[in-house]
Amino acid sequence: MTAQPLAAADLVQSVDWAAIAPPLIAAAVGLAVLVADLFVADRKKALLGRLATAGLAGALVALLPLRAGDRSTFCLTTDPAACSYVADDFTLVVQFLVLAGALVTALLSVTLAEEGRLPAGEYWFLLLSATAGAALLPASRDLATLIVALEVASLPAFALVGMRRGDRMSSEAALKFFLSSVTATAVSLLGVSFVYAATGSMHLGRIADGLEHVPAALDTLAMAGVALTLIGFAFKTAAVPFHFWVPDTYVGAPLPVAAYLSVVGKAVGFTGLVLVTVLAFPAYSDVWGPALAVLAALTMTLGNAAALRQATGRRHSAVRLLAWSSVGQAGYLLVPIAAAAYGGRDQIGSTVAYALMYAAVNLGAFAVVALVARSAPGNRIDDYRGLYARRPFAALSLAFFLLCLAGLPPGIVGLFAKVAVFRSAVDAGLGWLAVVMAVNVVVALYYYLQWTAVLFRAPEPDAEQTEASDSAPAAPGPRIPVPVPVTVAVALTAAVAVALSGAPQLILRFATGTLFPQ
Amino acid sequence: MIDISASVMQYLLAFTVAAPLLGAAAALLPAPPGLKGRSPGQAVLRHGVTVTGAVLAAAVVLALGFDHDAPARFQATTDISWIQALNVRIHLGIDGISLPLLVMTALLFFLCALYSYFKLPAGPSPKAFVALLLVLESGTLATFAVLDLLLFFLAFEMVLIPMYFLIARWGGDQRRAAAWKFILYTLLGSVVMLLGLLLIGLNAGTFDMVALATDNGRELTHTTQILAVLAIGTGLAVKTPMWPLHSWLPAAHTAAPTVGSVLLAGVLLKMGTYGFVRILLPVTPDGMRTFAPYLGAFAAVGIVYGSLACLALARKGSKGDLKRLIAYSSVGHMGFVLLGIATMTPTGVNGALFANIGHGLITGLLFFLVGALKDRYGTSDLDTLAGATGAALYGRAPRLGALLAFAAVASLGLPGLAGFWGEMLALFGAFDPADGLSRPAFLTYMAIGGFGTLLTAAYLLIVVRRVCMGEHLPADPEAHPEARPDHLPAPLADVHGYEFAAWTPLVALTVLAGLWPAVLLGLTDPAVQKLLAGGNA
Repeated sequence: MTAQPLAAADLVQSVDWAAIAPPLIAAAVGLAVLVADLFVADRKKALLGRLATAGLAGALVALLPLRAGDRSTFCLTTDPAACSYVADDFTLVVQFLVLAGALVTALLSVTLAEEGRLPAGEYWFLLLSATAGAALLPASRDLATLIVALEVASLPAFALVGMRRGDRMSSEAALKFFLSSVTATAVSLLGVSFVYAATGSMHLGRIADGLEHVPAALDTLAMAGVALTLIGFAFKTAAVPFHFWVPDTYVGAPLPVAAYLSVVGKAVGFTGLVLVTVLAFPAYSDVWGPALAVLAALTMTLGNAAALRQATGRRHSAVRLLAWSSVGQAGYLLVPIAAAAYGGRDQIGSTVAYALMYAAVNLGAFAVVALVARSAPGNRIDDYRGLYARRPFAALSLAFFLLCLAGLPPGIVGLFAKVAVFRSAVDAGLGWLAVVMAVNVVVALYYYLQWTAVLFRAPEPDAEQTEASDSAPAAPGPRIPVPVPVTVAVALTAAVAVALSGAPQLILRFATGTLFPQ
Repeated sequence: MIDISASVMQYLLAFTVAAPLLGAAAALLPAPPGLKGRSPGQAVLRHGVTVTGAVLAAAVVLALGFDHDAPARFQATTDISWIQALNVRIHLGIDGISLPLLVMTALLFFLCALYSYFKLPAGPSPKAFVALLLVLESGTLATFAVLDLLLFFLAFEMVLIPMYFLIARWGGDQRRAAAWKFILYTLLGSVVMLLGLLLIGLNAGTFDMVALATDNGRELTHTTQILAVLAIGTGLAVKTPMWPLHSWLPAAHTAAPTVGSVLLAGVLLKMGTYGFVRILLPVTPDGMRTFAPYLGAFAAVGIVYGSLACLALARKGSKGDLKRLIAYSSVGHMGFVLLGIATMTPTGVNGALFANIGHGLITGLLFFLVGALKDRYGTSDLDTLAGATGAALYGRAPRLGALLAFAAVASLGLPGLAGFWGEMLALFGAFDPADGLSRPAFLTYMAIGGFGTLLTAAYLLIVVRRVCMGEHLPADPEAHPEARPDHLPAPLADVHGYEFAAWTPLVALTVLAGLWPAVLLGLTDPAVQKLLAGGNA
């Protein structure tokens, strides 16, 4: 990046392999799976899924030695403070979220792949590549790495969405997702080039310094660059007005992929947004602050309004509802970022805390949906009627996840995560945004509660010819066994959600501390 | 009265809050061997009675061990850090204001569990019923025991889900719509309340109610106080409910099962008024002073509105539902409580707290009685019940009739019963409101409130006449063919043993509180004095 003539010794960067291990392991295992797919006999394809899952677990373990949060690598030899890869607290938390989310996704898809409903080799390769990109992104501290990571995270996702072979909806979803995403990336690249032109640097820290004193002639260019860069990331977060791809994509994609997109895909967008706004563009906070605040208000309002209008009897209404609710949740996640423009960069800790809560419970909700989808492929919310009578554990878990998303006791962690977000808005003086959010929270409660209520309603009398007593385990037709990995995923997310509800401090401590080294 | 060491008191209070929650979890598990009972349903209902009984016992011991010489001091306190990030502490404690409410809550829950043991409302499994009842108990007890704003909010919200399911699953006609109305109304209010609580907490730097009350709003600017009172007051007013935010209440009461109505009126409504006294009065006195005249006005309108609505329902031919009527009467009674609070004087606030307890006991009893009536007649529609001349309860089920008449006269505020003192003190407080409040305005409210008592007496007496009196004759079948399938003069079943067990404590306490108000006032008065003086008295 620096074009000055340098001595040979200065050109060689020492690489801290331990620091880059988490994304590296994911990528390496991904390649290994792709190659192994060529040599493994068809009946042993199950091995690939185990390998991929183990790889993700390994990447998670690789986070442990880094937990001090003081590593960085790929630094400029002339300026050791300007590094391209930094493993600070923020990076580690987001990497944990991404890898753990991918691990749950893997658990959800193991059975599908083993049943041959997903092409094993390609699926695992794509999932791991996307995860590697998503894990690289939070560590990136220059715009080039950031864009590369963003693309590594998105390109495999397009293919993942179109993975249901022979399903027209799946291909259509993939195409929709692809076209709109590529446009956004192109816009974002244009913005990056403007910013580079205005500041002469790619490193986020240096851009921040550069933007403080942009020559007057370049001011418009810099501002346009900032705005365009943000658009690319706003698309990834599915913020309104870049949200229209979400429902069709989620419905068209295989369920585990929809779960992945709703959590890891969203984390990618938010991380990018946080990095560019807070680290690179603080000088223009008067531009992006109000813009993000308005975006947040629009996103939550539109997402919740659309979720409210979902008819429960419609095909795929369960996935559609989760899709729209994830748009609404994206609005809440944007609030602290907007607040960071007014109240300083530490505000984004609330986003991180909220994202962790959201990741756990949303994946859990998708896991239960995947479980129910095995016996009711229609994925209608009406299919959940009387789930408590058939599968009490799954129904109680789903109820808990939904209440966490709604932020209503007993979903204590959801409530306090929302309190943290409210606090950042009130702290930053964005009282109107807090009020908009309050109204949205109530609107969202309606549809979450409606779904929760359906779980406990008595099963439809005509669906079962046996007695209508609910104490008898009503099993319409043969009971379809639940695959072990899906059960594990539900149990895991439920355990995390319950543990967090007992000790919300585990994630809320991020909302007070500082995540970036000063 | 009896000397109990501080640490035991501390554990007792923690037990009363946590035990129902643990009991709820246990209720969902299969019964252990040896406790299986006659059937799974019976075993779990017995479990409910046991747990609520244990909690009541703990609450009674707490009341006995409470240092009655210093009711203004928080006792049995626990204070441990929970969420450092938000500065939320698990801070529990009781003083003279919360202790009576705590004991009454524990009592009502025990009586409801006992009543349900013998008479479970029609609906899905008893297991879920008991679990929800216990979660509800934990939430309400926690509301009265916590001393942290965010924890208060948590407890306040905790009751919603169980109450929603109790109405929506075990309720009568229109239960789904009523349950939705209940939960959406309250949620809208409580989210606004959360914003107000955050505003206070962030500006004052602490969520601790004791610290905030001691500070008496000195840290908060006038604007903050006004915004906070507006936001928190709205949330609490929905719960109380204050006219014109009351419209969820009649629907919820009419649809809820008997036990649900009793708890809704007896306990849940008190959470709103308790919040006014515990949070708004001491923490944001300036804001309260600004809004007190408006609160008083709404309260006065509520008193008259509730009474007029009841009068309209009690009229012949208006198809009035008895449960709906008592729900509207609650709007009127809670108007007195709000008026007492709005005066911001020790007299008025003491009256409000007294009326809280009085209303909990009397209206709880009334809902029990009307529920029993509905079970016997299959309807609570007043016109169908009364028929041409009256339901003649005195003749057909004399004990039930006598109890109903007793509860009605207690509710209208007959001196010597619990309903009298609270309303009298509230009106008395309005006669001489706190400094800075407009005396003419409050005198007007007092006059309106006094007129309201007359209207209250009127409709309650009409109800007594139409339900308890009447011709006890072999009735002509065409006058009321469907209402009395058993055809007169077959006597109605009079009060059953379990009904006696569930109602007697309420009757006894109504008489006790009416004849010996010092029991309650001695507890509340020092605490209220301290509260209004900013914790320095």
